[in-house]
Amino acid sequence: MFSPHTPSETEEMLKNIGVKSIEDLFKDVPQKYRFPKLNLPEGLTEMEALAEMHEYAGSNETVKGLLSFLGAGAYHHYIPAGVDSLLRRSEFYTAYTPYQPEVAQGTLQAIFEFQTLIANLTGMEVSNASHYDGATATAEAGVMAYHNFRGKRPGILLSSAVNPQYREVLCSYLCGYENINIQTLGEDFTIPGNPDDLAAHVDSETALVVVQYPDFFGRIFDLTAMAQKVHEKGALLAVVTNPIALGLLKTPGEMGADIVVGEGQPLGIPLSYGGPYLGFFATKKEFARKISGRLVGETSDAQGRRGYVLTLTAREQHIRREKSTSNICTNQGLMALAATIYLSLVGKSGLKQVANLCFQKAHYAADVLGQVPGFSVLSDAPFFHEFILKCPRPVEAINALLLERDIIGGYDLGKDCEALANHMLICVTEMTSKDDIDYLASVLEEVTHD
Amino acid sequence: MTEPTIYELSSAGRTGVRFPEPDVPLTHLPQSLMREELPLPELSEVDVIRHFTHLSSLNYCIDSGLYPLGSCTMKYNPKINEDIARLEGFAYTHPLQPESTIQGNLALMYDLQETLKEIAGFSAVTLQPAAGAQGEFTGVMIIRDYHRSRADIKRTKILIPDSAHGTNPATSAMSGFEVVPLPSDARGNVDLAKLREVCDDTVAGLMLTNPNTLGLFDENVIEVINIVHQAGGLVYGDGANLNALLGIVRPGDLGIDIMHFNLHKTFSTPHGGGGPGSGPVGVAAHLADFLPTPLIGIVEKATADLPPLYGFIKPPKTIGRVKSFFGQFGMFVRAYTYIRMHGPEGLRKVSEYAVLNANYLLAKMGDVYHLPYKRTCMHEFVVEGCWPDIPDIHALDIAKRLMDYKFHPPTNYFPLIVHEALMIEPTETESKQSLDAFAEAMLAIAKEARETPELLKEAPHDTPIGRLDEVKAAKELVLCCWLPDDK
Repeated sequence: MFSPHTPSETEEMLKNIGVKSIEDLFKDVPQKYRFPKLNLPEGLTEMEALAEMHEYAGSNETVKGLLSFLGAGAYHHYIPAGVDSLLRRSEFYTAYTPYQPEVAQGTLQAIFEFQTLIANLTGMEVSNASHYDGATATAEAGVMAYHNFRGKRPGILLSSAVNPQYREVLCSYLCGYENINIQTLGEDFTIPGNPDDLAAHVDSETALVVVQYPDFFGRIFDLTAMAQKVHEKGALLAVVTNPIALGLLKTPGEMGADIVVGEGQPLGIPLSYGGPYLGFFATKKEFARKISGRLVGETSDAQGRRGYVLTLTAREQHIRREKSTSNICTNQGLMALAATIYLSLVGKSGLKQVANLCFQKAHYAADVLGQVPGFSVLSDAPFFHEFILKCPRPVEAINALLLERDIIGGYDLGKDCEALANHMLICVTEMTSKDDIDYLASVLEEVTHD
Repeated sequence: MTEPTIYELSSAGRTGVRFPEPDVPLTHLPQSLMREELPLPELSEVDVIRHFTHLSSLNYCIDSGLYPLGSCTMKYNPKINEDIARLEGFAYTHPLQPESTIQGNLALMYDLQETLKEIAGFSAVTLQPAAGAQGEFTGVMIIRDYHRSRADIKRTKILIPDSAHGTNPATSAMSGFEVVPLPSDARGNVDLAKLREVCDDTVAGLMLTNPNTLGLFDENVIEVINIVHQAGGLVYGDGANLNALLGIVRPGDLGIDIMHFNLHKTFSTPHGGGGPGSGPVGVAAHLADFLPTPLIGIVEKATADLPPLYGFIKPPKTIGRVKSFFGQFGMFVRAYTYIRMHGPEGLRKVSEYAVLNANYLLAKMGDVYHLPYKRTCMHEFVVEGCWPDIPDIHALDIAKRLMDYKFHPPTNYFPLIVHEALMIEPTETESKQSLDAFAEAMLAIAKEARETPELLKEAPHDTPIGRLDEVKAAKELVLCCWLPDDK
């Protein structure tokens, strides 16, 4: 189908090889198992395949068709048309990892620009070329910190206000490490408190403290004092952040973070049911040689022309094998390109605007929804574009009623933590209008009235 | 030609995409929480479009020609897949939507799981791992938890053939195992005597790439698997080279316990200049309970009137979660479309033509480039990129010179067991004419290597930039654009 061979060409090729049939090329395969009949439906033409895939897609409801207040790690933002228009250039999307820099300067320079944008956005000195997603980037922060202390500080302290899926993935990644001790603090509280409380638990065994900013519940805490306390005990601080929020907020770097990671999906990447997304990882220059994943560096050719190459490759699996800093190989190149194009298109003023729209609309939503009888907004700190709405009934029941009115309600926080049953995490972005918010308030009032 | 960076193109006060003014009453964010500077570039839309269009023109890609990177399976990526992945019904779905609103996605994922099970002969499949290396990691964690669940805690070693991809030892070490390298025999197979010698009750498993990175199908594969099983170990199959096996043999039938798929190799999801990949993992029945959570299952069977209801299932002994949400969903859509278009016969043809193309290219080049293991190859083969009579010429020189002939170079210096290796995988989507042109270029370069070696040494000549100073890059370590202030 996508193989151009004609019968006569195939014949000629077989003759060149010196065999009679294609089957003769597979004699090393045990005969008993050779050429199994695959029980799969017959192949389709492009036209038929398109129709079939439309059927799958058509069986979904979308955040375009319905009004959605879901966030919790994946966010519905506006994607400027220029992003996908450039991503669809096959020079980008049908190229391989840039192992041959002379014919891959496009990819390499774009990654170099991505590294710069992420470093500038987070207030850090260096960034890698990407990780799979926010969760695995967080896990890699744990891996780097553990190795930084050569396993002599086996403790990792997680705030329970870090995305629960990120915490789970970090545990999956690190559970094989010698003496590793991963603790989540604050899980016994209904809502975790100020991250300053974490600092008291840091000791000489702690390698890393992980907090989220804005946290999983949308709250913004200044981490400066905590960072100082963590450093006094000799440990490192990793901050999981939202890149859109950094259009407005003080950078984690400025507050003293050693590692800043996060999910880059809000930067021009469609929701696409959870992937492909983009993990970013930024740190201080002193840790550059300990970062996992690809890094692009600037250099020059013999004529002095500026160019870019994959650098510090001696950290990586294809060179160091079992001594490498991680097994990561393929990462999220095209998604990093999407984020680079997005940040270039919206630029300094556009990112501020998006962040401000999210912030303003979320606060309006909190005001309005908090006034619906039976509902209240729980937040003891300023928040960005998500907040906790306490509900008079189980979230699942409320969301089922909302769905009947074409609304996808907020994330049910009781799913991760029993103490948070009846609490919903509402997310509002620039895609949500004042009318949408007012409509949600009126429907909530109506469905919970009786 | 050097393209300025986006920061060099930036001009204070210029704007690209703008957004509407807030339609709600304003709230003030405390100044103490706000950043002072936002060092992002300032560009117009046309600046951005031209910049990235210029950058794109500096890349070689599959759509411009043959891309024979061994073990990377750089095949043509059908255009329809790109359209389908962008259908609104897929692209605008949130991963936390109620299950009732997302039955199309769940059905597609379920059908892809079932299809991969059938293609490779496994009992269960997870789609969650983000790429091949994460699939390996998932597999090795399953090996670890399987032994632990049987209180068999002395198994601390993973055996890895010396021809394996670097990700195999890296993954094993990451998961807390000791790596024991296994030599290859004179025919490029796993050395059976050595395997028997190291197989004891401390072996957790073997990571086997078959066909291996020499492009050779292990002639003793059944015996290799039996030896490991008899010692109580499990066999992990690295699916990087599955493009040779579709409809040819199912790894699960051979006795492989776990294997990862690379949707971005075998099933043609585009490589994206370094990802996203996608690395689903298949397992035999005795390991199904250990898969990452969640799997997609049928939670209510179909009735006469209603389709089945799909939902999430948590395997009872799950190793946990390795990634947010469910994996690289957009890649599932593309891979599934690809598989549906091929059907069983089409898939077999993929592997048949992939193997035909590799053997044809080998036949054309094999007299001039030394082939260390003289056997019929599968979808790829490895030759030496050097000749004893001209010791100054290296695989790297050949690779760089190929660029002047408008070809992407093969994988070089891998596998490590071949001196000056050039690892060539043409894939099934190349025509005889394209293979002939590549072979001619390789033969011409071999001639130049003797007659005008400086052409190779100084290559490439015809690319946007010459050979780059990698030592300088690592030493000076400039990882970010200079900002206007830095200058």
